[in-house]
Amino acid sequence: MDLIVLRDICKTYQMGDISVPVLKGVSLAVARGELVSLMGSSGSGKSTLMNILGCLDRPTSGEYWLDGREVSKLSQDERALLRNAKIGFVFQSFNLLPRTSALENVAMPLSYRAKPLSEREARERAAAMLTRMGLADRLHHEPSKLSGGQQQRVAIARALINEPPLLFADEPTGNLDSRTSTEVLQMFQQLNEEEGITIIMVTHDPNVARYARRTIHIQDGQIVDGAFAAGTGVS
Amino acid sequence: MPLHAIAKTAIKALRRNPMRAMLTTLGIVIGVGAVIVMMEIGTGSSEALQKSIATMGANVIVVRPGTASSGGISFGAGTTTTLVPEDCDAILQECPAVLNAAPMVRARTQVVYGSRNWVPTYMYGTTPAYLDVQNWGTLAAGEPFTDRDVRNANKVCLLGQTLVRELFEGESPVGREVRVKNVAFRVVGVLKAKGANMMGIDQDDILIAPWTTLKFRVTGSTLSSTNQSAASSSTSSTVNTLSNLYPGGEESLYPERSEVQQLDHPMPVRFTNVDQIMVAARSANEIPAAIDQITALLRERHRIRDGEPDDFIIRNMSELIKTLSSTTTMMTNLLLTVAMISLLVGGVGIMNIMLVSVTERTREIGLRMAVGARARDILRQFLVEAVVLCLVGGALGILLGHGGAQLVRLMMHWPVATSPIAIVAAVLVSATVGIVFGFYPAWQASKLDPIEALRYE
Repeated sequence: MDLIVLRDICKTYQMGDISVPVLKGVSLAVARGELVSLMGSSGSGKSTLMNILGCLDRPTSGEYWLDGREVSKLSQDERALLRNAKIGFVFQSFNLLPRTSALENVAMPLSYRAKPLSEREARERAAAMLTRMGLADRLHHEPSKLSGGQQQRVAIARALINEPPLLFADEPTGNLDSRTSTEVLQMFQQLNEEEGITIIMVTHDPNVARYARRTIHIQDGQIVDGAFAAGTGVS
Repeated sequence: MPLHAIAKTAIKALRRNPMRAMLTTLGIVIGVGAVIVMMEIGTGSSEALQKSIATMGANVIVVRPGTASSGGISFGAGTTTTLVPEDCDAILQECPAVLNAAPMVRARTQVVYGSRNWVPTYMYGTTPAYLDVQNWGTLAAGEPFTDRDVRNANKVCLLGQTLVRELFEGESPVGREVRVKNVAFRVVGVLKAKGANMMGIDQDDILIAPWTTLKFRVTGSTLSSTNQSAASSSTSSTVNTLSNLYPGGEESLYPERSEVQQLDHPMPVRFTNVDQIMVAARSANEIPAAIDQITALLRERHRIRDGEPDDFIIRNMSELIKTLSSTTTMMTNLLLTVAMISLLVGGVGIMNIMLVSVTERTREIGLRMAVGARARDILRQFLVEAVVLCLVGGALGILLGHGGAQLVRLMMHWPVATSPIAIVAAVLVSATVGIVFGFYPAWQASKLDPIEALRYE
């Protein structure tokens, strides 16, 4: 069963009188439990596709089925709730709240749940998540007191706190040295294999893409390779 | 998100930058502080004014005889002699809005004790009810004279503090006799000090005696009886004599005199009209009702036809009080306006910093949106931050203002009074300032596009 199905997604930006097509009919499918990388040079429409996949943006036309639901026409608020429940984000620059403890950073998405948890529950859950990331002794450290790898692990813990089936990583190792990069990527692999979390990594680094079982290449707003897992096709 | 969670998030966000939060809220602290100081000083001075008004007799209505006129010539206020002590009794009995009433006659003459003499500002003949009407309270020494003293025209009197000081030089006056126009009055009590009234007249320079005594033994007649034309208009009125009218309805002790006897030995006619009646209304709100009731009653008692003018004048202090209190109210309002302006400036400061904060935290906003915050969550967060800033500022401002007012009281000896309304208003106003000036930045924040915001450097 496919977690993500895109059918003929187009995205056109309007720059005054000129319309700039960025995505020109993208179709792809990602099955539950896959670890996929999305590669493309800058200006290829990679970020736009990522934003649409992450429900941050709406396509101009086309269908987007996420977890059995058509989401391309949802309103802003509905998409916010959807992101909260279904999607975790990991960013290149970690995007942790400054002067806020790791625990509070991780617990932050819990406050936007449709059914909020109690304060204690939220803290317990955040603490458990950080422990899983190997940061049990760093719960009350502020981001500035953590190394890059630790910061990214806090960010991953934050992305997973709502137990989403889908995790987006946008250049997750872009700000890390090679050793910590390997650590983080191995963690993704582990999460993918042990927890069955579907992970999509956006990168331009072939070394990172190698950790994925499938790589989707995008060029000039079109998928050139790897749109569907081996053995499947457009239905 | 429940409200307390939002408030907590807001406080956490503010604590990330405590110095800036403090400086931002300083505007509100000063604004609210100024409002509180002004309100406390204003309340204090208006309370002081109320007290000063109360010494003149709270809710007092004065009924005076009207102007007599003959052939187009009017003789001045107080020249009709139709206002009698029975009017006072009737007012007390029949007007429900009236709490108490006392008739009054005035005199102005020398008071002598031993080798000293003094002319008091006030020399009033009245009934014991006067002390209640004028809020004298209890006496400093001795006892007030009684209604029986009034009926019997006993030669007793009460003295004010100034008069005591002038005549007795530290001696206790109670039980001594003072002479008023060669009539010896026994001092039965000394009034408490009341101080000067709002016009600066010493209210303690006073002698109070039964009105019967003062009228029949001292002045001999009304003040207006010197005006012959006024007096002659009622000389033949047998109704208007003490024996028939006051203390009221008693049979004469002496046999009825024939017309010849009356002509041979004319009895002096004792006019029983009074110079004014002091009436205390039940409350300030009931003053107009009391005036209406008294007017109706006196018109009926004086048999005045519809359309004819009243033969009495009713005055109350409310106009005077209004004028006096409007001055303080105006000053308070003026200062309050200035304070409000500083509050407004504080609000603009908050808005400014919140706008900076929104720009600074664009990435945070983008992140929050990415992990599921809706526009309204962001709006609420920033709005609550602004309101929390303002409320904290308001609380500090209340403390500062209260402290400031106390300082004013101690250093400058101005009357101040804690004003709960001001505190409630300050809290409401600072919350309102937070909402009004916090809304625009919060709205800006909520309008951010998460994609743009996340990419913002």
